Amino acid sequence: MISLIINGLEVSVEEGTTLLEAAKFLGFPIPTLCYMEGLSPYGACRLCVVEIGEGPKAKLVSSCTYPAEQGLRVRTASSRVVNARKMVLELLLATCPQSKVIQDLAAAHDVRQQRFKQEDEDCILCGLCTRMCEEQMMAKAIGFRGRGENRDLGTPFDVRSEECRLCGGCMYVCPACQLRCTYNEPERAVCGGCANLSPPCVEKDQFDDMMCYMDPCVACEQETE
Amino acid sequence: MKTDDVAGIIEKRRDDRGSLIYILEDIQAKYGYLPADALRAVAEKTGRSLVDIYGVATFYRSFSLKPRGRHLVSVCLGTACHVRSAPIIAEEFERQLGIAAGETTTDREFTLETVNCLGACALGPIVVVDGHYFSNVNVATVKKIIQKATVGLDKVEIKGDERIFPVEVSCPRCNHTLMNPEHLIDSYPSIRVIASFGDKHSWVALSSLYGSYHVESEFEIPEDTVVHLFCPHCHAELIGATDCVECGAPMVPMIVRGGGLVQICSRRGCKGHMLELGEVEV
Ligand code: FES
Ligand code: FES
Repeated sequence: MISLIINGLEVSVEEGTTLLEAAKFLGFPIPTLCYMEGLSPYGACRLCVVEIGEGPKAKLVSSCTYPAEQGLRVRTASSRVVNARKMVLELLLATCPQSKVIQDLAAAHDVRQQRFKQEDEDCILCGLCTRMCEEQMMAKAIGFRGRGENRDLGTPFDVRSEECRLCGGCMYVCPACQLRCTYNEPERAVCGGCANLSPPCVEKDQFDDMMCYMDPCVACEQETE
Repeated sequence: MKTDDVAGIIEKRRDDRGSLIYILEDIQAKYGYLPADALRAVAEKTGRSLVDIYGVATFYRSFSLKPRGRHLVSVCLGTACHVRSAPIIAEEFERQLGIAAGETTTDREFTLETVNCLGACALGPIVVVDGHYFSNVNVATVKKIIQKATVGLDKVEIKGDERIFPVEVSCPRCNHTLMNPEHLIDSYPSIRVIASFGDKHSWVALSSLYGSYHVESEFEIPEDTVVHLFCPHCHAELIGATDCVECGAPMVPMIVRGGGLVQICSRRGCKGHMLELGEVEV
């Protein structure tokens, strides 16, 4: 067991516990975006920053990837943390303003404006979808491609991957594209891409044990018509 | 048949640690780019997922997923070349070839790419065409370089020149001499560099006689190992953009006193080398 101090409260946790989990255990809220239970932590969004250490050595780390250390002092809501978090949210808003998840997080942290050049990406490279695809669906159909400015997500060669079972898990976890999956109201949909998919239950015989995350289900919608 | 070639390459690279990059390099050396079926074959044969392989292939600039032209023009935009107005040179190439950097002309003759440092900063701005270094390039020489490439640079290459004469070389990065008058090989001052291979670092003394392959080193370097050579003064790796025509290992560039560039193969025992004496005339 490792004991550490979070916001002045001492807590003992198993070795290998992350700061985020330890803080959750004590009930201190830490906002997260690229973290999801059941998927390996990735540390992409930096929203979960906390401050560790004392005095001039204090630094900001992402709590979802930082393992608890014996005697560590952690602050989850110091002014430095709050400022950093707001900055991260502003940056996220600048990248991907249409994401409901980001908008909600921004509102909850009192960020009403961002000061950067407004962009209109539909991906914030949080990697949730690839981890979902690989770790939960065991498919590895999509992944990161390229690097730097040109980094993006998709299937190899941009063609439909043989590994893809069309489970929709990637869309289900995506913080940026939930709005798109409003097949019922196509005018509101951001991309309407889901309307063109053939979901797993249609191609059932191809996959046994399939899981489906389509919500609302495109196939069911089509059938009831 | 591609799959067979790929199978051979993978078999050869079986024991290499982190062999994926080697495999891709070999495939690229063979076809000049990474064909889609070859990548699929690699995925199948190595049991890695195609996504990962594709990720690596798109991550590194030296891999290309599109067929390249017959001539590859690399314009250096590294810091040293950049401040000597390399961007203007890159633009000039784009204009004259009618393509943007990273593209290939429709007749599949030229591929233009920009790179970040070719390891010969002291001679910048540098343009490398099919492994030939052009130094101190300016806008006016661009046209001549293209012409030269069309005619075929291989004809310019000084190959198989077995005349034995000593060369005096310096580091292409810091221009510090690499000659070591205290250590004689073939009764001439030797070229002193640092070699690293595996987990070993050792000094290496190379004969400065062009055409002699005598080497002495602190540790025995096994035949066939590809070593990384470093300048003992600025500690920069001596590495260029070309690969050995004989064995495919990276070539090691050094500046020849009096102008020009000599390149030797980094594989122990391989005799691949190239010498371009004098300011390559353009
Ligand atoms: S939740 Fe920790 S970095 Fe995204
Ligand atoms: S910057 Fe061009 S060769 Fe180093």
